[in-house]
Amino acid sequence: MSNLHQFEVVVVGAGGAGLMAGLYASRTAKTAVISKLYPTRSHTGAAQGGVGAALGNLEEDHPEWHTFDTVKGSDYLGDQDAIEFMCEEAVPAIYELEHMGLPFDRTPDGKISQRPFGGHTNNVTGKPVRRACHAADRTGHMILQTLYQQCLKNNVTFYDEFQVLDLIMSNGKAAGVIAVELATGELHTFHAKAVIIATGGHGRIWEITSNAYAYTGDGPAITLRHGLPLEDMEFFQFHPTGIYKLGILITEGVRGEGGVLLNGKGERFMERYAPKVKDLASRDVISRAMYMEMAEGRGINGQNYLYLDVRPETVNKYAALDGRTNPDGSPYRVTGEQILAKLPDIVDFCRVYLGVDPVTQPMPVQPTAHYTMGGIPTNKFGEALADEKGTVVPGLYAAGEVACVSVHGANRLGTNSLLDLVVFGKYAGLRAAEYAKGADFPPLPADAGDYIQEHLSRLRSGTGKENAFDIAREMKKVMFDHVGIFRVEAGMQQALQKIRELQERYKHVSVTDTGKIFNTELISAWELGNLLDLAEVITVCCLNRTESRGGHARDDYPKRDDVNWLKHTMIWKRNGQLQIGYKPVTITKYQPKERTY
Amino acid sequence: MEITLKVFRYNPEKDAKWHYETYVIEGQPTDRVLDLLEYVKGYIDGTLSFRRSCAHGVCGSDAMRINGRNRLACKALVRDVGTKITVEPLIGLKVIKDLIVDMEPFFDNYKKILPFLINETPPPADGKERYQSPEDRAIFDDTTKCILCACCTTSCPSFWANDDYVGPAAIVNAHRFIFDSRDEAANERLKVLNSMFGVYRCHTIFNCTEACPREIQVTKAIGEVKMAILRGKIK
Repeated sequence: MSNLHQFEVVVVGAGGAGLMAGLYASRTAKTAVISKLYPTRSHTGAAQGGVGAALGNLEEDHPEWHTFDTVKGSDYLGDQDAIEFMCEEAVPAIYELEHMGLPFDRTPDGKISQRPFGGHTNNVTGKPVRRACHAADRTGHMILQTLYQQCLKNNVTFYDEFQVLDLIMSNGKAAGVIAVELATGELHTFHAKAVIIATGGHGRIWEITSNAYAYTGDGPAITLRHGLPLEDMEFFQFHPTGIYKLGILITEGVRGEGGVLLNGKGERFMERYAPKVKDLASRDVISRAMYMEMAEGRGINGQNYLYLDVRPETVNKYAALDGRTNPDGSPYRVTGEQILAKLPDIVDFCRVYLGVDPVTQPMPVQPTAHYTMGGIPTNKFGEALADEKGTVVPGLYAAGEVACVSVHGANRLGTNSLLDLVVFGKYAGLRAAEYAKGADFPPLPADAGDYIQEHLSRLRSGTGKENAFDIAREMKKVMFDHVGIFRVEAGMQQALQKIRELQERYKHVSVTDTGKIFNTELISAWELGNLLDLAEVITVCCLNRTESRGGHARDDYPKRDDVNWLKHTMIWKRNGQLQIGYKPVTITKYQPKERTY
Repeated sequence: MEITLKVFRYNPEKDAKWHYETYVIEGQPTDRVLDLLEYVKGYIDGTLSFRRSCAHGVCGSDAMRINGRNRLACKALVRDVGTKITVEPLIGLKVIKDLIVDMEPFFDNYKKILPFLINETPPPADGKERYQSPEDRAIFDDTTKCILCACCTTSCPSFWANDDYVGPAAIVNAHRFIFDSRDEAANERLKVLNSMFGVYRCHTIFNCTEACPREIQVTKAIGEVKMAILRGKIK
């Protein structure tokens, strides 16, 4: 085996979760962080509005309130023990980030500043609470930079621009990964005692998406091929405010700062769907409301978009109507300059991509594919699970968006993704290092690299009668049209048939680049295979769940059905067939009840 | 509309020398240059190689020269750059293939300025945050925006002339810590920058400021670091 490396812990992915895991694992175990991108290019950097923690810096708040809001936001599908753990850990985690140097915005008295966000409430009054700790509208960027800086400070070993292509399993234990060095095209074998998967989401399956090109679901596609389960794959979040046609994210922080959604008649329609918190309802509720408005002809000029309006006159008008006040009790008012200072990147995006200045014009928005709630099942320590009974896969860990703990259940609250990756990245790193200390290197199977060698040579020698870009485009369209915000049986059946047809056509793709150096065509073709596999899994899970819950909304089953569906979906690929099982939801304190905002 | 896209091409496994290829394609005023490159890769020549990820100007992968100016391909729209577009790799870093350059020297320079908070004083005993006033936080706000895309450093004639010069991006990141009231290692960083290959290689040409896709006032930040060295202390 050429290019053989040995590390006790290998982390795959260098976004927030991977860096946090690498930072913690490397304290006690020989660790490598492998990423297909330079770490600072990771998608964590695109997160904008904030990271949630009940610091109570501006008003009363408690981790218990954060826990309840997250449970409710999850439409009661989140596991309450894990949610409670995350929300308790949130507070020290934010302080740790601050101590690492994260430049949070500050309150007048010098504390970490916090802003309201969708679904985060004062549990007594039901009104929005300031819980999102922020650094302008680039909080994810600052988390990513800070964690990378800390990794440099602590001499964490990186393999940048190495694409992991396969997991090595040895007698049921994780034993390492196979990766290609993009600059040379050479395959490398990383022999390890523990592997932490932190590859992020797969939002590139949909046509309109806020997700990076890199978000191709490499981690779950690989573990699925190894016969390991995925959990709750039918739950994917559509963020309400993507830039029209482009899908680029406009943070919920815009609404946290007082921005409102308006339809073609100039109505603040969220008043009708969520009378209490209106534009700060959770994302699934708002995306569906937007869809309904557009479907009923109330889009702007009858088109498929609405306005997000953060002009000072609009903000001030609705803040007065809502009776919104500052922490000192004075009426809430904003100026154009304050909008610019609090949301500089949003203003920049709108100017560049739309030619619109949000301080003087409303922004055209539509829901955009955003976040993967499902993924590789883990317990709250990041240990990957092999089955519905909670059996741990020795040596395998997952953290961040790729993992399903599940703290987000059927719908994630804004700010909880950054929190998730910091908390569970840390625990996955700690657990993996601890495990590695007490374990031997599993023997490397002789055929470890065979599968991927064969797969790559197939991509190079296809008939070439199919074009990978066409396949990708058709997949994205059918998934957005039929496995998107609203779903019905017939449409999803059509999508499933289409995806399976595309999987067949994929076999005829041929990569024209025969070189080794930065063969990005080959890598993209491999990534497309991952997206297709996951699109099939998602569609099968969506068809299977005959209810509406959180991000999974069905026209033909419009109600949540706790009698039959208060359970997690598990799905395996065995002998080429997808098989579904179930796992109960962990309920500790909060019995499911009707969800209104 | 018809767009003429002229692209620098070099494949070390095939070409003895670099050359340009011209592609005439259909596009829209709102297309990003990145969209055009993707189209060429998807339908005309799959071997065309470039880096990209977020596609909206926050990850820094697709820095390149577009009509002679360093920009992110995902932030340059046809309506801004016109329908005759020339795309070339960044200058001053070795071309590996097509639009992909060797970023290692760039990141090595970044690492030289100790790009991480250094504070040996224990955090508050209650475990909570270190305090910082909004005014102190504002001093280094601009330089926290850096995405390490290398647009600034590879637009700098001093860097072209001598790649031992740490370059604007490294100084921007030094500034981010030097002026952070919580940091205690300003003098160590200033020592690195008060050298042959530090801030004095900056001749205030302003290319860096013009190139920055995050609109960081790079030359101003370098000037503030120069002043900090001259005064021998920060405040």
